[in-house]
Amino acid sequence: MTRPLKIANASGFWGDQPDAAARLVAQQPDLDFLTLDYLAEVSLSIMAITRAKDPAAGYARDFLEVVQSLAKFWQGGGKTRIVTNAGGLDPHACGAAVRAELAKAGLTHLKVAVVSGDDVLPLVRAGGPDFRNLETGAELSAVADRLVTANAYLGADGITAALQAGAHIVVTGRVADPSLTVGPCRAHFGWAATDHDRLAGATVAGHLLECGAQACGGFSTDWLDLPGSHDIGFPVAEVAADGSCVLTKPAGTGGAVTVPTVKEQLLYEIGDPGNYLSPDVTVSFLTLRVEPAGPDRVRISGATGRPPPSTYKVSATYRHGYKAHGMLTVFGDQAVAKARRAGEGVLRRLQEAGCNYRETLVECLGTGASVGGIVRRVPETELIETVLRISVAADTPEPVKRFTREIAPLVTCGPQGVTGYASGRPKVLPVFGYWPCLIPRTAVKLVWQML
Amino acid sequence: MNTLRTIAFARSGDKGSSANIAVFGRTPADYAWLKQHLTAAQVEAWFKPLGTGAVVRYDVPNLEALNFVLPGVLAGGGSCSLRIDAQGKTLGQALLAMPLGLLPESSPSTD
Repeated sequence: MTRPLKIANASGFWGDQPDAAARLVAQQPDLDFLTLDYLAEVSLSIMAITRAKDPAAGYARDFLEVVQSLAKFWQGGGKTRIVTNAGGLDPHACGAAVRAELAKAGLTHLKVAVVSGDDVLPLVRAGGPDFRNLETGAELSAVADRLVTANAYLGADGITAALQAGAHIVVTGRVADPSLTVGPCRAHFGWAATDHDRLAGATVAGHLLECGAQACGGFSTDWLDLPGSHDIGFPVAEVAADGSCVLTKPAGTGGAVTVPTVKEQLLYEIGDPGNYLSPDVTVSFLTLRVEPAGPDRVRISGATGRPPPSTYKVSATYRHGYKAHGMLTVFGDQAVAKARRAGEGVLRRLQEAGCNYRETLVECLGTGASVGGIVRRVPETELIETVLRISVAADTPEPVKRFTREIAPLVTCGPQGVTGYASGRPKVLPVFGYWPCLIPRTAVKLVWQML
Repeated sequence: MNTLRTIAFARSGDKGSSANIAVFGRTPADYAWLKQHLTAAQVEAWFKPLGTGAVVRYDVPNLEALNFVLPGVLAGGGSCSLRIDAQGKTLGQALLAMPLGLLPESSPSTD
């Protein structure tokens, strides 16, 4: 019988805890794999902008620090391998940089592989009726001349092949988040691409892992009741040969792995639970069994799978003008009324000065503004303090830049009790529209390469 | 005031301009009550001020959960929305704050 495969996640998004990987291997040196996820829906567009200024910045450079932080572990004989989508727009540059870091640490025996082929921008730019927006049904022609990135969510095929060829670190561009976990499982257990139920199980494990600490009580409803919430453990899935898994976390870490924390993460960012679409398999969550299996251990079994769609999902982004947000604190009697009038006054002054915005927004935080005021516990007039947040968006940068200079002056022309302006002028931010669409699998050429 | 929080836990997240909110019964009886009373129409009405489209409810009995999908509730979402919560992080808490009295024949069987 093959032993379970121990796979942990050390990064749930680009900007997650930088020392999570080093802590994980220190806490649990017998991990077979670390997966690190860096790519949210619009992350690649941010990389496109940084790459325009610096050609070497088309990937998540934070990952190089992770490699450095693991050098000692590998030098001491640590065996844990890594699968990550840190390659972003430029997995080859990322892979080369990883090799350079390994060479510096005397670890040239560790093999680095790169998976690419996800970049379908030229195909999408060429256009066609097939690339209509999955959310809105709109034709691509509306944004074709403003496209910045277009990447297909590849599956686990390239990762699997690279690992079977002996890669220690696999760097990919865009792949479906759970595929970072499915690849190691396929390589280890030798599953075929048609072992749908097992692939479904591994996809569920990958889905649970992909957001890091969120599977171990992070972001949970009952967060305040967690032990050790300052140090929530990152999740570990022990995947069995039948595709079921036990989700757990390293001993001694904070947070909790319980049936409720696991259930919450199972349905995180899910549409139809009977049809979870991934490039590896279409999964039904409706057959899952979730049961306790010891302290901070939960068993997830019963996943069922069907063949994946004949298309890949593509995440494309396009330039959509500029925006800025300005924030100030307003304290005192009638704080909300004062903040609202001050915010609306800024927008009126700018409009009278000839600035045109396609959208503006004034929010008074503390009033339930995060949800548009649909939940309100205290009448606005009772609040002694609020944070005024003013936002604008425009097709050109000039009116947005002008806006960023109009926040601090509220200190002298606004109501008494305005404070919290020390962090300087707000930044002008580029806006990227998100354009999800489909592409036939046959149009995409997945490649992997050992460096 | 008794709210959904007393009988349920939840988690919300984004997909483009849409969001989902998964709501879980704290006990099997709570789930049975939620299944009967917390309809897509009620969730849609609660979030109408945020501009949600037609809400779809998926029942997940094996997890004692209801999964609500709220199309367009994030006003563009991601990088496009100007709102403080462009990613729907707060929507689970907002739904749990719904007073049970809003739901018809409210008498949650937590016994």
